[in-house]
Amino acid sequence: MVETTVQIVNKTGLHARPASNLTNVAKKFKSRLTLIHDDKSGNAKSIINILTLDLNMGSHVVVRAEGEDENEALAAVADFISTLTE
Amino acid sequence: MTREYQGIPVSDGIAIARAVVLRPAEIQPDPTPIQPEQAQAELAAFAAALEAAREQIQALYDSTCRRLGEERAEIFSAHLSVLEDPVLEETIQDKITQDHRSAVCAIAQGVEEIAAMFQGLQDPYLQERAADIRDVGRRILENAAGVPRVELSSLEEDSVVIARDLTPSETVTMDLSHTMGFVTELGGRTSHTAILSRSLEIPAVVGVSGLLDHIAGGDTVILDALEGRLLVDPTDDQVEDYRRRQSEFLAQRQALNALRDLPAQTRDGRVFSLCANIGGPGDVASAHKYGAEGVGLYRTEFLYMNNTHFPTEEEQFEAYRVVAAEMGKDRPVIIRTLDIGGDKELPYFQFDQEDNPFLGWRAIRMCLDREDVFKTQLRAILRASIFGKLLIMFPMIISLEEFQQAKALLETCKEELRAEGKSFDENIQTGIMVETPAAVMMADVLARHVDFFSIGTNDLTQYTLAVDRGNTRIAHRYDPLHPAVLRAIERVIQASHAAGKWTGMCGEFAGDPRATVLLAGMGLDEFSMTASSIPKIKQLLRSLDCTAARTLAKQALAASSVTEVRELLNLN
Repeated sequence: MVETTVQIVNKTGLHARPASNLTNVAKKFKSRLTLIHDDKSGNAKSIINILTLDLNMGSHVVVRAEGEDENEALAAVADFISTLTE
Repeated sequence: MTREYQGIPVSDGIAIARAVVLRPAEIQPDPTPIQPEQAQAELAAFAAALEAAREQIQALYDSTCRRLGEERAEIFSAHLSVLEDPVLEETIQDKITQDHRSAVCAIAQGVEEIAAMFQGLQDPYLQERAADIRDVGRRILENAAGVPRVELSSLEEDSVVIARDLTPSETVTMDLSHTMGFVTELGGRTSHTAILSRSLEIPAVVGVSGLLDHIAGGDTVILDALEGRLLVDPTDDQVEDYRRRQSEFLAQRQALNALRDLPAQTRDGRVFSLCANIGGPGDVASAHKYGAEGVGLYRTEFLYMNNTHFPTEEEQFEAYRVVAAEMGKDRPVIIRTLDIGGDKELPYFQFDQEDNPFLGWRAIRMCLDREDVFKTQLRAILRASIFGKLLIMFPMIISLEEFQQAKALLETCKEELRAEGKSFDENIQTGIMVETPAAVMMADVLARHVDFFSIGTNDLTQYTLAVDRGNTRIAHRYDPLHPAVLRAIERVIQASHAAGKWTGMCGEFAGDPRATVLLAGMGLDEFSMTASSIPKIKQLLRSLDCTAARTLAKQALAASSVTEVRELLNLN
């Protein structure tokens, strides 16, 4: 299990289109990918989970990956979130 | 006999047509628990319903893409994401295996649970997604229950479509060429019905609860979306009256549409900026409608007046954010900081009794003394500044020191936000309202320090002519065409240009058609007014020759009296 913390810089947070794109990135990997924010956690492959985490600009999110490709999965998801700008 | 109903108008217009009522089939999920050995069959039924839904939505996406383009089809792409969401699948599967529900029941309950979760979120955009979840859920449910979909792909005649609510997948297959308007029982200003009808420019009224119990398909209706009324079974007189109103409305809209996207450019090529004065997010639609290039004055007082407490940073942030986002990065919004005083009663704050509240502790003076209140507002504006293009303007400034103090406080807020990791527009511009004689006299000094001026002619005229507009005995002396006021305006504009800055005007004078030629001649850069005045002023500017306007302005500035100015303008 590996994890890291990233910050959302995208002005409109992680809603709608970006959330959808994130699930596409997450689904490429076999590992379980979890996002944790403010005591709530969600499956990064679920757009429903991501949207209900209500992630806004400036939010810090813990990304956790667990599985055979956890290192690549973590890097991909963390990178996606921290570099996302619309 | 005519019946009348009231609702929330969400898209302008008038429609006179037959009603078509959409009544989706009732699906009553059987709550009887299933036997454990039935679970496999129910899971399979769910899987099949899900797969069928996926195919249907994919087909909708493809055909919408072809017929109406990718942008309109995007909603189905979002629906597919919802459909493929592991949480949706797991929630329903668990209800089958753990709660012993039939597939139909599990789907109904699971979808509703997730939709309710979205509805409970703060963000209105996310609340609207609840409708998407229900739309997709409804489709899966109908597949599982074996109920055929109600498609409205061919309306035989012009119709007003009436439904409990309208989902994207219903409206996309609807024959829009015959759809004259929408009426729904549910919905609000940002619902799908509202958005769609505005983009189609057809009238729509939502929130007419209980309507479906009182109306039948085939009834003739008049949909008055200007007033938010629906008349069912109207009289001949009413129909005739509304046909007339409808033509007027359409003619007006056509004229507006023609003018809206044209620039405010004079015959000899000088371009001016025309903006709207607003009081809050509710006015943005109007600004768009009349083609405002920006907001020259966002009066923030309403946030303080219609409240039981000083508006919190979050409350303010929300309002400013919405305005910034809805105007967009290409349409700047000038936010005026709190401009309030003893003449207004705030239920939560007691102003001292003053003999003369208009010359008293108000506006920037109050804000500089009440840093807590001021900083809350400044922080909210800064945080919202990343969502669009915001500028800050301080009211009632009389000295450079005041401006510098305000700016220093702004810098403090910026530092705080940086430390908190919150973003804002680092290059946000700051300017002042020029409404006091002192500011006019010091315009050359102030111009070196501010990014812009905005002339508040209402107060400027009162202070300069020493006239209280509200005093009926002398109110007739109030006239911004007085050469003293014109000279003040000229001085301010020139001072700003000499320092490489610009001047706008947000007082009533900017929207006064008598003044347009003079203001244009003086080189006013931006005119901000009530949105509905924009078309008229734009038309005037487009018919002007700026060189001639400059000559006329010079003459007005040399005039000895209001009478002379009015004569120059042929107003007497």
